[in-house]
Amino acid sequence: MKTTRRNFIQQTALFTSVFTLGFDWFESKGAGMAIASEPGRFNAFLSIDALGKIRLYSPNPEIGQGIKTAFPVVVAEELDVDWKQVEVLQANLDTQNFERQLTGGSGALKHSWERLRKAGASVRQMMVQAAANQWKVDASVCKTAKGFVLGPSGQKASYGSLAAEAAKLPVPATVTFKDRKDYKIIGTRVRGVDNKDIVTGKPVFGIDVRKPGMVFAQIVRPPFGATLKSFSAEDVKKMPGIIDVVSFKNKVAIVGTSTYEIMQARQNLTCSYGSDTPLEGNDTHQAWFDAGMKSDKATVQRKDGDFAKAISEAAKVIEATYECPFIAHSPMEPMNFFADVKPGSVLLAGPTQVPQPAQKAVATLLGVPENTVQVELTKMGGGFGRRLNNDFALEAAELSSIIKKPVLVMWTREDDMGGGIYRPAVRYHFKAGIDAKGNITSFYLRGVGLNAGNSTRQDNFPVGAIDHVLIESVDQKSAVTTGPWRAPITNFLGFAEQAFLDEVAEAAGKDPIQMRLDLLARVKSNPVGKITYEADRFAEVIKQVAEKSQWKKKPGVHQGFSVYYSHFSYVAQVAEVQVKNGKPQVTHVTAVTDCGEVINLSGSENQVKGAIIDGMGHAMFAKLNFQAGVTSPTNFNAYRMIRGNEIPKIDAYFVDNGISPTGLGEPALPPTGGSIANAIYAATKKRFYKQPFY
Amino acid sequence: MAITLTINRKKVSLDIDSNTPLLWALRDHVGLLGTKFGCGIAQCGACTVWVNGEPMRSCVLPISAVGNAQITTIEGLDPAGKHPIQEAWDELDVAQCGYCQAGQIMTAAALLKKNPHPSKQEIVDGMAGNICRCGTYHRIQEAVALASKKVKK
Repeated sequence: MKTTRRNFIQQTALFTSVFTLGFDWFESKGAGMAIASEPGRFNAFLSIDALGKIRLYSPNPEIGQGIKTAFPVVVAEELDVDWKQVEVLQANLDTQNFERQLTGGSGALKHSWERLRKAGASVRQMMVQAAANQWKVDASVCKTAKGFVLGPSGQKASYGSLAAEAAKLPVPATVTFKDRKDYKIIGTRVRGVDNKDIVTGKPVFGIDVRKPGMVFAQIVRPPFGATLKSFSAEDVKKMPGIIDVVSFKNKVAIVGTSTYEIMQARQNLTCSYGSDTPLEGNDTHQAWFDAGMKSDKATVQRKDGDFAKAISEAAKVIEATYECPFIAHSPMEPMNFFADVKPGSVLLAGPTQVPQPAQKAVATLLGVPENTVQVELTKMGGGFGRRLNNDFALEAAELSSIIKKPVLVMWTREDDMGGGIYRPAVRYHFKAGIDAKGNITSFYLRGVGLNAGNSTRQDNFPVGAIDHVLIESVDQKSAVTTGPWRAPITNFLGFAEQAFLDEVAEAAGKDPIQMRLDLLARVKSNPVGKITYEADRFAEVIKQVAEKSQWKKKPGVHQGFSVYYSHFSYVAQVAEVQVKNGKPQVTHVTAVTDCGEVINLSGSENQVKGAIIDGMGHAMFAKLNFQAGVTSPTNFNAYRMIRGNEIPKIDAYFVDNGISPTGLGEPALPPTGGSIANAIYAATKKRFYKQPFY
Repeated sequence: MAITLTINRKKVSLDIDSNTPLLWALRDHVGLLGTKFGCGIAQCGACTVWVNGEPMRSCVLPISAVGNAQITTIEGLDPAGKHPIQEAWDELDVAQCGYCQAGQIMTAAALLKKNPHPSKQEIVDGMAGNICRCGTYHRIQEAVALASKKVKK
């Protein structure tokens, strides 16, 4: 069958989704008509006009993970153009032509790698064919370089000059990708495409959205678990600049002409709340953890062999309990969203990691067809998972539909930190049995989470290396709203597990690195049950980090090791601690990452270093408390964020294996708490069982 | 009563509450959106602007306190992005999400103005008041050092 442009877009769009958050968010219809009819638009990802202007369209929301630069790098590489020639544009939500237009799960490159390469390579081949036709030579004798097709006798034609003819050709049914040794852009340091806008202060974020006739609003939300009984708005309405005060879904919205006036008026608002059940506090959560640990209704997530028998026969048993609190995502740009609900059309604009669910949910809320809801994507001032939950978009749409005005709903930092959606609080209990030779023969984990779902990762290492395993979870429902937080679950499980294995290694009299390598050798030769990781790739990052960090070869330096596999990538770390004035200081972290092919070395290093700083800061300092359904603290004066004078030197290395790329927005975070805690233990003999450490 | 401010060398007359923090005057009334809101309590530094060349937290600075002072925002630093700090920020590809960077850049540029060739420790200390949630601190510090070399030329 001949591949037409239309069904090329269909084919790329209908490629099986491998996104792993558990369900398919995006079922593309794949019509592709709008794009195919645009002049110069060869496919969803690129257009080349007669003047040689090359535009690359980046569909996924940019949150700081660098996708707006990385995606076009792949297309440009296969298209074989000079990076300086291309212009990168953020595509708005377009469910006809893009799929998986979201930011989450560190999954974008893994999902789109083949599609992006195909989008570039197929157009390169069409350019070659157009030139070959013109020169009356065989396409196979033509080459490309920097946006030109080069003929066998010195002919040279720019892509721009060939674009019109190339556009008439059929899209090739098969494409040949570049050999990676010929890469000119992939793997180099490519600067972010938005750098200029950032350093000159261009209004590119959600909070910067301005539309004609727009008003501002802030929303007062109830304590977790409470309902709004009444509120007094008369004094508020009299304040200058206030347009209206309205209530919906237990919330009170103050609408006005400027942010400061709304903030002032808000101080005069009194709300009274009630609840049918006692509102939650720290004590409630502790009681739930205790009950969950004793519960006989745990869900068995994994069972290998006979754990109970094996542990009873162990020469030595090691046990430990770990616990983390709810924490906020605290992106520097607080939540905000613009909505303009009009009869027949809805415009949404703002920072969301998941624009299509925003479109769907708003359409459902308002009872309007989805195709009447347009979503403009803005740059996001961070998100870390917070912007996967579209509560802010729904609120804005609902408010706009009530006040019949275009409105930007702004959250203050207090609203943002006090209003959910949080990383779930979790308690883990680990048990390991070792035999007389120091081999781990049995392994147990129970996770009790508050709105955490399955708080374990039952098929991840060290599972697969141990004969008798039992992994269980208990999920306790809470009124405190939770959601994914950068490296969901593993952001804390990674710490707990790696800290526990350090204790096990010590009890077994083994070197922590050698113990992991021995376990992985066992997985390689004779794995137990289903596993999600590849033992060889796991072992390689471990071996490399041991070498790069000079593991146990630096006298006077205390080192801690950890390694974790998440989002299909492997990261091993060695942290170093020196005791200065009696206090342990993390001075250096060496990280080796296997995320397959590194697309943009600059962006990749930034992600690894940033994730380590993020993991370190939150492991050491972050904690939210609850009393009667109310969160504290709610701002950075009491909620401590890691600062630039508290960071260690970080060396980030990447395994060069040419395997298809996998995620990097999250994977360097989960091992961080463990490497640091293990290094601090090496220095002080003090182990941490709770986050925050301090 | 109208208040006249001098912002990026231009006089701007505003008829708003004189208690309005400079941040919100800039964003909601002047239409300069480069200065960012992060915390509202002078903790994070995202809203840093210059008042007579001194870096100040605009989220807690009422316009009544500004008087005739020269206000410089990120838009006024160098609109072409050619200030050594801006160039270094691009060259070293500092930003991840970029939201805090206007405040980081205004803090860094003020630091270099006062001390064109700071030591590593002076850079670390000088930049410690600004939070970057993405954790771009290494590159922020490296970029200040790089910009310092550019100033030398």
